[in-house]
Parts: sequence; C-alpha cells; structure tokens
Amino acid sequence: MSAENEHTGDGGVETQEESRDGGAVATDGEHLVELYRKMVLVRTFEEAAQRGFRQGKIGGYLHVYIGQEAVATGFLDAYREGDAVITAYRDHPHALLLGGDPKSVMAELYGKGTGIVKGKGGSMHLFDVENGMYGGYGIVGGHIPLGVGFAYAMKYQETDRITQLYLGDGAMNNGAFHEAANLSGLWGKDGWNPCLWIVENNQYGMGTSVARSTAMTDLGAKFDAYGIEHEKVDGMDVEAVLEVAHRTTERIRETGQPYAVEALTYRTAPHGAGDFFEKYRTKDEVKKWRQRDPLGQLEHKLIEREILDEDALEEIRTEMKETIDEVTNFADESEQPPMEELYTDVYAGEDEYMGEE
Amino acid sequence: MPEKTYREALREAMVQEMENDDNVLLLGEDIGVYGGTHLITDGLLDMFGPRRVVDTPISEGGFTGAAIGMAMMGLKPIVEMMTWNFSFLAADQIIQTAAKVRYFSGGQVEVPLVIRGPNGGGVQLSAQHTHSLENFYGHFPGLKVVSPVTPHDVKGMMITAVRDPNPVIFLEAGALYGTKGEVPEEENPVPFGEARIAREGDDVTLISYGRQVNLCMRVADKLEEDDDVSAEVIDLRSIRPLDEETIVESVKKTHRAVAVQEQWRYFGVASEVAAIIQEEAFDYLDAPVERVSGAEAPAPYARNLELAAFPSEDMVADAARRVLYEKVV
Repeated sequence: MSAENEHTGDGGVETQEESRDGGAVATDGEHLVELYRKMVLVRTFEEAAQRGFRQGKIGGYLHVYIGQEAVATGFLDAYREGDAVITAYRDHPHALLLGGDPKSVMAELYGKGTGIVKGKGGSMHLFDVENGMYGGYGIVGGHIPLGVGFAYAMKYQETDRITQLYLGDGAMNNGAFHEAANLSGLWGKDGWNPCLWIVENNQYGMGTSVARSTAMTDLGAKFDAYGIEHEKVDGMDVEAVLEVAHRTTERIRETGQPYAVEALTYRTAPHGAGDFFEKYRTKDEVKKWRQRDPLGQLEHKLIEREILDEDALEEIRTEMKETIDEVTNFADESEQPPMEELYTDVYAGEDEYMGEE
Repeated sequence: MPEKTYREALREAMVQEMENDDNVLLLGEDIGVYGGTHLITDGLLDMFGPRRVVDTPISEGGFTGAAIGMAMMGLKPIVEMMTWNFSFLAADQIIQTAAKVRYFSGGQVEVPLVIRGPNGGGVQLSAQHTHSLENFYGHFPGLKVVSPVTPHDVKGMMITAVRDPNPVIFLEAGALYGTKGEVPEEENPVPFGEARIAREGDDVTLISYGRQVNLCMRVADKLEEDDDVSAEVIDLRSIRPLDEETIVESVKKTHRAVAVQEQWRYFGVASEVAAIIQEEAFDYLDAPVERVSGAEAPAPYARNLELAAFPSEDMVADAARRVLYEKVV
C-alpha cells in the first residue's frame, strides 16, 4: 500500500502536514483526493469482506462500515502519532485508516495466522498498537471506560497525547457509557481526560432505532449530564467531519478536557453480514440515505471543483479493486495459525502455565 | 520479625510498591479522603496525592474499566473493591476485557492490574454482601486469583501481584483484617502457584484457603487432642495458578483428604481439589475425598443461621473422621 496508507502520524505528505499544523484545515485538492482514496479503500475492503462472508471464508460475525466512511476517515485525519484509538466491533476502517496493512486485516477476518492479531480475535478485535489502534471490542459499551482510562494515563505520563473514543448510538443506553462519561467529565474538569468522544450515530442499535431506544433522542445532550461539551456534525460529509476533527483534537490536546462529537451517519449495509431481512427499516429509507452516500458526495465535490474528472475517479476505484484483490488473495492463501497459538498470549510474562495440554 | 495486623501488612506492601514505582496508583470508592472503608488505604492520600490515590464515584464498572485502560497504557493500577460483592457490577470489565484482551489482541497488550478487597463472610452482612468468589474468578483463563490468609502472605502476595504483568484478583480475608502475625520489614514477595503447608501431619490432609485455613488449623489441634490424629493443613494461597503438586504429594503421604471452602458446594474450589486428587493420586486414596462447604442458601443475617451456613469446626472434624473411618459422634 502506498500513499493512501500513510496516515497523518508522521507519514503523510509534507505540504499537508504543514497545512494541518496551522490549525485551520485546508481541504485543498490534494488532501481531498487523499481522503477519497482512503474512503474508496475502506469501501472496497468492506465489499470484499462481505463477499468473503457469503463464500463462507469469514466466520463468526462481520460488521461492515459501508455508508459511514466519512466519520472514521475524517476523524482519523487528525490522528497524531502517540494518540490512541479505541472502538467497538465495527472496527475495520479504524485499523485500515491508521495504517494497518489491509492484507493483515483481511487475513484476520479469514482466520489466518498472518492476521493482524494472529487469527485470535477476528473481525471484532482488530489491534495494531504500534499504529495507535487499541481495539476492536465485541460487547456494546464495554470498551468505553477503557478509553477514559487511556486518557487519564496520557496525562499521568505527562504527555499531550489524546484518545479518540468511538462509540455507537446503541451504546449510549448502556450503563458503561454513563459511568465512563461521568468519570471523563469528572477527571476532565481539571484537565485530566484528553478524550475525544466520537458518537457514530448510524441511527440504529442493531435494528432498534434511536427513537425506539430512548426518549432523549438528542444524543449529544446526554453528555451535558456529565459536564462534557459537545457538538454535532454531518457524518456523511467528510469535509465537515474533517473541520470538526482538527478543531476539537487541537482543543483537547491543549486543555486536557474531553469533548464529544455526534456524527450523524447511516449504515447502508445490513447490521451484520448475515442479516438478510431488514424488517426494521424500509428500502426507501436506505435509498434516501444512499443518495447522501459519503463517497458519492465527495466524488461530486471533486468533479465540481475540477480536482478530478470521472476518468480519474474510475482510475482510483480500479486501483483499489486491484489492491483489494491482492489483499483477498493473500488472506485466502495464508496458512491458518499454528496449533501452539491456542495457548499463547493467555498470560503475559514467563508463566504460560496452562499451556501444556 | 515484628508482628503486624493483616491490614498493616497489606498497606505496607502497597506503600512499598508505590514508593518503588511511580506507575503504581490506587483507585476506589472512599479510599482517599475517607481513608478507606476498612482503613487499608488510610493516610495514603497525604503521602501520594490525589492523582495516585483516586477517589472514584460509586461506579464499579466505570472505574474498573478505566483502570484496565490505564494498565494497557503502562500504568499499574490497584483497584479497591470496597467489597468483592460489588465486583459483579464490574464483572463484564474483569472477565470480558481484563482477562481476555491480551489474547484477542494477539499479545499486543498487557493488563498489569490488581483488583483487591475483602472477600467472604462471617460478620453478619447477609445475602448481598457475602460471597466467596475464588471459584467464580478462578474459572477464567487470563486472570490470576489469590487468597492469602496470613499477614505475612498478604504483604508478600500483594508485592507479587503489583509486579505481575497480568490482572490479579486479590481476595482478602475481610474478617481477618485485625489479626496479627509476623511480617518482615523488607520486601517478601510470595510467588503465586505455591501452596503453603500450614501444619505438617501424617494421617489426613485438610485443604483450604482464606479464612477457612484458620478453621482447619483449629480442627487439626482438636483432632490431635481428642482423636490422636495427625492432620496436615494445606493453605492453597493461590487459586489460579493452583499448586496441584503440593496437594497430590500430601495426599500420597496421608491417603485421606478433606477440602474445605466457604463457598457453596457445587462447582467450587473443593470440587476442583477433589477432582485433581482422584486424577493424580487415585491409587493412594484410602477413602473418598470429602468436601465441606457453605449451606446451599444465600447467606442469612441472624447469627445462629449464619454460623450454620459456613463450615464449622465440627463439620470439618467430622469429615476428617469419616475419611479416617472413625466413629463420628
């Protein structure tokens, strides 16, 4: 993988780095193209994963990010080396956008030893700590307190690192959210919780809509209860996300105080790749949101601003297809993990004492 | 060696480790300003300040999860559960994350976390405040579970726990915080996975852990006096890892065993001990292994009922007599 994988850590193109350091986000042509390439990579990856699932090559659960790409792409543009990212189980884009090798991500889905966590976690547990990806968790809400702990540790260690903590609308009715938000607000009051709360509000917790989950449907307002400031952003518009992402991360880095952004988005793919009957929503609704597809919107902008033409867009899409074909082949051809992996990593340190059987 | 209480020994271990390593910090309910419900952390706020002695809201799932996050970032948190009964509110964090995240991250993270607090009953706290959770947490790979009973061991095992790169469930004998014993001033790390022979004997092995070890010691005295029976008492100390060898070697010598636990009879540590003995020392056994357990009911409040709900000297002594084929009076 080349440019599209060089996230904004210390990779990236120099001119872009400069423009970002200035605070205001210059969504110049080059930057928009870079974002487009990333979003196409994620979309193409997810479509290939869905095919792999239907072919029976991917087991367990598979939750794809199709429709929501602008959210993670925009926020992770503001990622800086040393920051930590944590999310729930719709986690493929976060791993990819942080620079995880798509081959190792796909191999993980395929349950191979070359996977990003050696075939031991699968789709829901992608980790790439070197690149700031701290998981990948399967229990809705369960990961949220961890992110608050990360942020505390970052201040304890006297750094200006921050945590990007992703959660879905469905997690916000869980006690873990409320307990963690309370701690974040409390510790953040005196600058000890540099945590960016990113609500990926795709409007459904599995098949239950926000309105059928809570009487307080203004999700951002829930943060008021914990003294955490917040705002909303159009999560289908990567430029809008980008602006919020850079502004808020900068502020959090400076103040050490948490901040929440509710990104309104929509998952046009089913909740899980095995969900064929979507009784909880209408085809019309999906169609309506597909018209606001984040990739489509960005393509429109690129053409309108004469940054790329149709042919150039097609070229990127083709290139990504070829890349993902290679990725899929790699995953397919990789070996399953060796049997001894069953008992490794159960414990840290010398005593893997349950491993002899 | 100076005498110290269980409470003082525990506190001393934490102070020593906090002085040794800036990454060690404490979190819990009322551990700072209040001084700790059981005064284990009394005075530590003044010594180490509010960033290292963190008073939390009543929010077990939240602060346990946050501590896991801190541990993943390289800190070494010691979380106080005011009592282990409240840990069910944090069980998702402990079981689903602390125990497993190293595995499902393919070994990319460590969770050097200690969760400690009083465990077990005996002080009339009734149903919701009385649990003995060794078997519950001992079930999950990824956790280490220890249950020290002497002041010496509570200090030494806390030191080991803090230095361990894994999540450690540290189950204190809550009813014994005031008991005294010899504790060295210097660091005395006690390794996990090594049982202690609390009393040597030849005729029968009494196997237990936590508060019930003291009960077994009293029973052993009684058996010697009344029955001329020499009982060996094993204090498991560490539940996961479990020292199978010490159990098996002792039974090979005595040929008879009684496993004593405060928790309920079924699916408990005593069952595990009995299974290990029949697997590893079947040919040496002269009698079936007996289990002595708590009554199959939630813990009652009234003193007489509570006493009946936990193993008593008579119950253990009678079990020993049964495996010795002595007449039970």
